[in-house]
Amino acid sequence: MPSLLEAFQSQVGRKILTGITGVLLVFFIIFHLAGNLAIFGDPDAMNSYSYFLHQFGPLLWIARIGLLLIFVIHAWIGISIWLKKRKARPVDYKVYSSKGGPSKQSLSSRSMAFTGVVLLIFVVFHINTFALGDMGDAMLADGTVVHDVKTLVIDTFQNPLYAFGYTFVMILLGAHLGHGIWSAFTSLTLRSKKASAVIYSIGVIAAIFIAVGFLVIPLYIYFGGGCDAALIHCN
Amino acid sequence: MSDMTINLKIWRQKNTNDSGHFEDYILAGVNEHMSFLEMLDVLNEKLIKEGNDPVEFDYDCREGICGSCNMVINGKAHGPKHKTAACQLHMRTYSDGDTIVIEPPRAGAFPVIKDLVVDRTALDRIIEAGGYISVKTGAAPEANLIPVEQDVSNQAFDYATCIGCGACVAACPNSSASLFTASKLSHLNRLPQGRPERSKRTIAMVEQMEKEGFGDCSNYAECEAVCPVGISISSIAEMRREYMKAIF
Repeated sequence: MPSLLEAFQSQVGRKILTGITGVLLVFFIIFHLAGNLAIFGDPDAMNSYSYFLHQFGPLLWIARIGLLLIFVIHAWIGISIWLKKRKARPVDYKVYSSKGGPSKQSLSSRSMAFTGVVLLIFVVFHINTFALGDMGDAMLADGTVVHDVKTLVIDTFQNPLYAFGYTFVMILLGAHLGHGIWSAFTSLTLRSKKASAVIYSIGVIAAIFIAVGFLVIPLYIYFGGGCDAALIHCN
Repeated sequence: MSDMTINLKIWRQKNTNDSGHFEDYILAGVNEHMSFLEMLDVLNEKLIKEGNDPVEFDYDCREGICGSCNMVINGKAHGPKHKTAACQLHMRTYSDGDTIVIEPPRAGAFPVIKDLVVDRTALDRIIEAGGYISVKTGAAPEANLIPVEQDVSNQAFDYATCIGCGACVAACPNSSASLFTASKLSHLNRLPQGRPERSKRTIAMVEQMEKEGFGDCSNYAECEAVCPVGISISSIAEMRREYMKAIF
């Protein structure tokens, strides 16, 4: 009988852990997206949201560390599966193709390791740009002085490299989730064949919504949206 | 229907240590009614007559039951048809002048013995680890002694149809044996006769699968697509559930 620690290092245990961490990351992403979409709301909405989160103090740090841990476990297992794959098939096929039908092989599923690694690198840059970036202060309508994250976002996305780079990475996020959401359900023991087909479709639709939700923001800002509100120079 | 000429590109490997290579053959006189293996028989007769080494390939029943004939045909385990073993594939699937590439099922856990024949005893060792039930030997027990609900017995039978051909391993981009192991677990753990060893079996077979060097499952479901008996990856989801129950 393996200990729990050993059990979660087995092939089956690893997959369940990937599913659990994946689902948690999807919840986080949806939460994050809701915050981002605040840019389309009231002029103060984004900064007040950021201020609201900072009010949690130490709890916010616990959440951040927890999130980092979840992210690292998810990425670690994913990369190790990809590395093991070469060992498990030392001589590759000359000709290989999917048989179709129930197969879920697609550009999305076959590129999980690639999209995952890009997202991993992206997150490092992303935290550096927005969480650790130089932020001025802004005053909310009620006179509270807060970090001006909104201006930082609008400034950043004036740069085409950031605007289009982010857009591209968000397309990859959509591709990752296209297989990932369904895969997580299967890893977390979804047995019904009928429900599986429904969840696959819901997963793909959710992936598209999430990706589009994220990528409209850099594009919107780059093409001139949000400039008036921020009272800054736009191209 | 006139006979076809088929271009074959077949993996030839003398033994496990040989690095192997592809060899091209042009085979005339292929009849559409021939099974795929009969086509290979014709090729081998020709090779033997010419004094060459015939192409080694595995087969036994030639009626889709034994699972020996697993080979990868144009990149697909057991060829292009769903729920069809290579021996049940017929040459009418192909047209005159087609090129067919034939490779052994490739996985580190399936070392090539010769040409298209691989050593699949890794699957046997997974079975040895727990794919059995402990019963008293002797006369067969009375069939109705242990009542089993009809739908449970039907489901168990669906999983019991796994013929252990290893097409799931061959087709999986990660060379995972999850569908094989899961179908055995879903079959045995579901039935009252399999209950006493349920947890022990689940853990032991999962551990053995990894020890043999099969890769991780990434839920590609390609295994289900190539399975000659159409076992669903729902069984893999079930294996994960069984594993969770076993370790807690």
